[in-house]
Amino acid sequence: MDVRRRNNVTVTGREDGPVVMLAHGFGCDQNLWRLVAPALAEEFRVVLFDHVGSGRSDPSAWNEERYSSLEGYAQDVLEICRALDLRDVVFVGHSVSAMIGVLAVLREPERFARLVLLTPSPSYIDEGDYRGGFSRADIEELLESLESNYLGWSAVMAPVIMGNPERPELGEELTNSFCRTDPRMARVFARTTFLSDNREDLAGVTVPTLVVECAHDTLAPREVGAFVMNEIAGSTLVTLDAHGHCPQLSSPGPTAEAIASFARAR
Amino acid sequence: MTSRADPKPEPDGPEPEDGGNPEDDPEELYENSPCGQLSTLSDGRIVKVNATLLDWLGYRREELVGRRTFSRLLSVGGRIYYETHLAPLLGMQGRIGGIALEMKAADGSRLPVLVAAAVREGSGGRPALVRVSVFEARDRRAYETELLRARQEADRERERVQQLATTLQRSLLPPALPDIPGTELAAHYHTASADEVGGDFYDLFPVSGGRWGFFLGDVSGKGAAAAAVTSLARYSLRAASASDPDPLRVLANLNTVLEHENHGEDPRFCTVIHGLLTPGEHGCEITLAGGGHPPALLVRADGTAGYLHTPGGQLVGVLPNARFAATTVRLAPGDTLLLYTDGLTEARTVHADGRHQERDGGRYGEDALLDFATGLAPTSAADAVAAVGALLEGLGEGVDDDTAVLALGVPASRKAPEAPGGQGTPEAPGGPEPFRSP
Repeated sequence: MDVRRRNNVTVTGREDGPVVMLAHGFGCDQNLWRLVAPALAEEFRVVLFDHVGSGRSDPSAWNEERYSSLEGYAQDVLEICRALDLRDVVFVGHSVSAMIGVLAVLREPERFARLVLLTPSPSYIDEGDYRGGFSRADIEELLESLESNYLGWSAVMAPVIMGNPERPELGEELTNSFCRTDPRMARVFARTTFLSDNREDLAGVTVPTLVVECAHDTLAPREVGAFVMNEIAGSTLVTLDAHGHCPQLSSPGPTAEAIASFARAR
Repeated sequence: MTSRADPKPEPDGPEPEDGGNPEDDPEELYENSPCGQLSTLSDGRIVKVNATLLDWLGYRREELVGRRTFSRLLSVGGRIYYETHLAPLLGMQGRIGGIALEMKAADGSRLPVLVAAAVREGSGGRPALVRVSVFEARDRRAYETELLRARQEADRERERVQQLATTLQRSLLPPALPDIPGTELAAHYHTASADEVGGDFYDLFPVSGGRWGFFLGDVSGKGAAAAAVTSLARYSLRAASASDPDPLRVLANLNTVLEHENHGEDPRFCTVIHGLLTPGEHGCEITLAGGGHPPALLVRADGTAGYLHTPGGQLVGVLPNARFAATTVRLAPGDTLLLYTDGLTEARTVHADGRHQERDGGRYGEDALLDFATGLAPTSAADAVAAVGALLEGLGEGVDDDTAVLALGVPASRKAPEAPGGQGTPEAPGGPEPFRSP
């Protein structure tokens, strides 16, 4: 199996630089890093990839069972590291990929030098004293919405809907060129992302860890960032004065700087 | 000709058609346009919203402007989708369109909408804005829900039909072939469509005197009606064989049964080869009676192959006193008899080499099958059936009818395969004409 093709791996930056691996979250692909990667490339060897089921990953590699748990994605991360013989990796995981990074580090801590968790959430659902930001009913509503295709998947579904396999360009015109995803795979990824609970896994992280949160994150409340920092011994928390869930786009400069300064401090 | 209400017309733009109507000034159009309008800063905070959208959602302007973000006006599912997918997309490509979302009104009710948004880059001290146009889509959503429901129902229905077809098909074929000492048997059923029961059938069963009856046939048409006739044909053939296994008389009996049934508006008939196998000392003797069915193939131990014709055999169930013809053949060690239905020979060969198309009007044809069988010779029942199975797979979509294949062979003796034309085959090598039954 060609892991590079499967995960559409791209490598840029200084060949002899320390390795920084950027992992996108649910709903997008490696394009999400396009304002951050060039800044990091001056100093680091930057490894980008698409999770299977997202972007330009190989759709034939997708299977529902493997990608119904974050372990499957973590396994892919480790396979990419092995295929490219990456060592002392600084893994930067955005959103759900933060927890994918945590799981990868738990499996093979010796592979990783540092861990950056960008707008992480170990669990999106409120439970007891823990505040994840959403009720179970909220998440069920999201999944149901995805299920019934009312959230605008029609745009990414265009090639399927148009039923013109012999003229894929028709679909291409209607499809967003970024963040492409097959709705069926997206539903599974959404379920995996928003129903996973990795709070128990955080304490096992042994590599130096930086938590980066947005001051005005619409998906993960501030309490979540503090929770993650408290659970991972020795970790530090940086709060960006940014809006939304994707500081790579809304505040690319400060985001790149936070990653770079942590990655170089060793 | 007409005076302009707009004091600053775009110098290069096309003239608006209603440019002269003083009532349709841009501000009025913005506030009361047929779609909702709203603008946000790049962080999502609303800076401008039109009266139409306020009216739809039941908010006062001051409740939204400067206080709410666009994504906070969406359902939770929509908000997550917006933050994880749409906002990044908007940031990267500057515009999105045709997005189905649900907005939350002040009273908690939901408003299904279609949304288009575009970024206006900031310049000259002006901040970047995201302009959002909102189209009410209540009726459309109801229609889509109905479509989706209908599709899910159709999917379930189709699954049920396929299940039914599979079960029915299985009931028309023997679950396993029996063991006949000194004979090797193999069969294959190729299903052309998962949705419909085909009319092909075969069976092999013991009859009196240590002999075995067998048949392979094809009822005209497909579907439940054909399956009913298939079932009738099967049981008639077996019942007739129990009292008198002579293939000609068995076929005559089936003809009577089917012909009696054929008075409705949907006449059904079938083609059949019915056989009687008599095990012998070194091999076996087989008598075949054919009723309008493609001829059986004899693949010999000596590396040759030929058709066993039963000339003059008529379709079963059409004429009151149909005539059938029989032929008898001896299978020596290494010989294999192959029965098949016309799904194979009638398969379209559009993607194959042009030769078969010229010979048989775009169908695979009996000539090609004979070449194929000659290529296999000598073979065994299992190998022959496996090879035909692979051939059918290779023809792919060209096989538009179900195909049944049944092979009976006498295993080669240890010496025979090494000596083509030797002691394994009593008939003269290359002599395709078997002797006729009396």
